[in-house]
Amino acid sequence: MAYSDKVMDHFSNPRNVGALDKNSSHVGTGIVGAPECGDVMKLQIEVDDDGQIVDAKFKTFGCGSAIAASSLATEWLKGKDLDQATELKNTEIASELSLPPVKIHCSVLAEDAIHAAIQDWKRKNGK
Amino acid sequence: MALQLPIYFDHNATTPVDNRVFDAMAPYFTEHFGNAASRNHPFGWKAEAGVENARGQVADLIGAGAKDIVITSGATESDNLAIKGVAEMYRDKGDHIITCVSEHKAVVDPCKRLAEDGFEITWLTPDEFGRVSAQQVAEAITDRTILISIMAANNEVGTINPIAEIGSVARDRGVFFHTDATQAAGKMPIDVDEMKIDLLSMSAHKIYGPKGVGCLYVRRRNPRVRLRCQMDGGGHERGMRSGTLNVPGIVGLGEACSVAAAEMDPETQRLTALRDRLQDGISGGLDFVTLNGHPTDRLAGTANLSFAYVEGEALMMKIKDIAVSSGSACTSASLEPSYVLRAMGVTDALAHSSIRFSLGRGTTEEEVDYAIGQVIKAVTELRELSPLYELAMEQQN
Repeated sequence: MAYSDKVMDHFSNPRNVGALDKNSSHVGTGIVGAPECGDVMKLQIEVDDDGQIVDAKFKTFGCGSAIAASSLATEWLKGKDLDQATELKNTEIASELSLPPVKIHCSVLAEDAIHAAIQDWKRKNGK
Repeated sequence: MALQLPIYFDHNATTPVDNRVFDAMAPYFTEHFGNAASRNHPFGWKAEAGVENARGQVADLIGAGAKDIVITSGATESDNLAIKGVAEMYRDKGDHIITCVSEHKAVVDPCKRLAEDGFEITWLTPDEFGRVSAQQVAEAITDRTILISIMAANNEVGTINPIAEIGSVARDRGVFFHTDATQAAGKMPIDVDEMKIDLLSMSAHKIYGPKGVGCLYVRRRNPRVRLRCQMDGGGHERGMRSGTLNVPGIVGLGEACSVAAAEMDPETQRLTALRDRLQDGISGGLDFVTLNGHPTDRLAGTANLSFAYVEGEALMMKIKDIAVSSGSACTSASLEPSYVLRAMGVTDALAHSSIRFSLGRGTTEEEVDYAIGQVIKAVTELRELSPLYELAMEQQN
């Protein structure tokens, strides 16, 4: 199948690959998916004292679309506050990357990863 | 010769038509274009001669007689004809068929269709190498069994089944034995008498012949196999498969068989060495690489490898100059990972991480060395992106 230019770009030059300190109270970590399904995304956010996401990192086991979706997610998360981040929809990711129907689930997983990371931060910070 | 990209390492999917095959076919498109069934003029006679010569070449490859060869549109049709043809013809004798879960869909799907029609199908499970044993077959036979269908070599992992032993068991118990030899014919010695094969499917396009043509070997004596024809309309191929013959395609099939037979031994040696070089080179530069399939009883050019912590489709994208295929779900419409690997007991995670390399006639050492470098680089880079690899490394320390 032909990947969109944007997917190819994120796949060849993924943004924000890496890890934040999962033990830090500023960091929220979300891990979603399952190896048996061929899709695992780990997304981390670093939130400052004003509730702004100042950094985001990802690691993904998955196809090109999955890697692109999670890479794009980290790009979009940086600079947003938690409420804005919660609003991010998989449809926006899918649209930006021109994902075909068979790859929409990659964007859904990315949205799940964002929520999981936010939930983790909230849980750690008693929110 | 300079390395030409992209490199083709997907010969189990299909093969380029060999120049010799192409040259043999050419005259039959525009010069000897007659209908092989036109009995009354030289145009037909010429075409018929081409077909009959090819039929002999096909038969020679598998130790059969020319009259035992029924031309079809390919192995899928041959499998359908064999399975449904026998089932419908011998239903009053029995309604039980033995096959294996890891057969090609061209065998699995006809069997499923028959199950819907009330046939009982025993689905044998292969071992961890993808092999079915003669003993498994023997234990499954009942007095209602009318057909055993077990492939000669598996398309995904290359594992070769003990065909002669299975044929022996089948013959002893009076059950017809069909083998889907699509991946095996032309790549390893097959003799239908020695191996006690009653029906055999094969396709031209797997052995450097054209797409759209293949054959079904149907035994005519000791025992005689009768089939309920699946394609009616004129009674061609001794009533077993109607339809105007694809003369150029058949000539191509014959020539492909002839070339394959002549080159089989040296080519097997050459490909085995290249495949081992590829495997060793990759395993030498990476950890957590596993082979799917039998270490030795395997088609010479096939290496199905799993690269833990890296997903197959992403890997294929990274090595975009090398054409391969993967058992990962992302590459199939259904999002399920390879059912063959699953049947062998490979975990879904590793099935998602698998790549099938299938080398062929045009593969060079240069291409193999290039591929080794590319694969090592790609896997290493993708592992840097992988949360599973990160976790595995943390657990190690």
